[in-house]
Amino acid sequence: MSAHDHDHGHEDLPVAARVRRLEERLIEAGQATDAELDAYLSTLYSTASPVNGARMVARAWTDPDYRDLLLEDGNAAAAELGFGPLSYRLNVVENTPGTHNVIVCTLCSCYPVSLLGPSPGWYKSFAYRSRTVREPGAVLAEFGVSLDDDVTISVWDSTSEARYMVLPARPEGADGLDADALAARVSLRGLIGTALA
Amino acid sequence: MSAGFEAGDRVRARPGDPDHHTRVPRYVRGHAGEIVALLGEWPLPDASAGGVIRPEPCYAVRFGARDLFGAGDHTVTVDLWESYLERA
Repeated sequence: MSAHDHDHGHEDLPVAARVRRLEERLIEAGQATDAELDAYLSTLYSTASPVNGARMVARAWTDPDYRDLLLEDGNAAAAELGFGPLSYRLNVVENTPGTHNVIVCTLCSCYPVSLLGPSPGWYKSFAYRSRTVREPGAVLAEFGVSLDDDVTISVWDSTSEARYMVLPARPEGADGLDADALAARVSLRGLIGTALA
Repeated sequence: MSAGFEAGDRVRARPGDPDHHTRVPRYVRGHAGEIVALLGEWPLPDASAGGVIRPEPCYAVRFGARDLFGAGDHTVTVDLWESYLERA
């Protein structure tokens, strides 16, 4: 899939003006102050990073108990590494020899920002959102992911308060690496499912 | 509100196109799938959009691509609130 060119500024987009009007209404109503909004955003964007999700994956690859917790209770697993409390329910879905998972939000762009960082432009594109549910194999192929014929693709459409993250399979040849080195093998696309790791 | 469905139940997403806000994707309306899990109880977006906070069970529901689109071997799992569903 060709990535949407995203190096232009956003300040002059109509949505930016709409967000600003919403902020002004909240401030007028006494629901928030400018300083609180700024503090919230700067905290979010100074800590939200795919490094967080990658650390959780690397820990799951090296610690079977943590892997079980991650799949059973994503929020507790995030908290154990110091991430949270999350503002959403985290569901982690595991790639296995028979199943490859991929995450999408067809209605908008829901996504676990605090663990994955700001979402890529393509994740919010109409093409990715509409095609991933209908022809995920073709979409993955355009990302350079080729799966064996006996692998079933499981698509997760994030339509509620739950957010999804993929636990990729541990790459071959990664034996003996410590958790930091393993985390460096995990990409943002791996956490969404548009790469193998 | 107690959960009316459990994992393994066959359900159908309600057909039709409501004239208010909803979070039922168009591509699952009228189609049958299987409850995978109860996720939690959250305000129904259709009610929230009208200023009414009405918590309701929400489920992960798995559909076969062939059922949804007439082709494809993959599955699509969609989170759907209880009032979006009827027993299939």
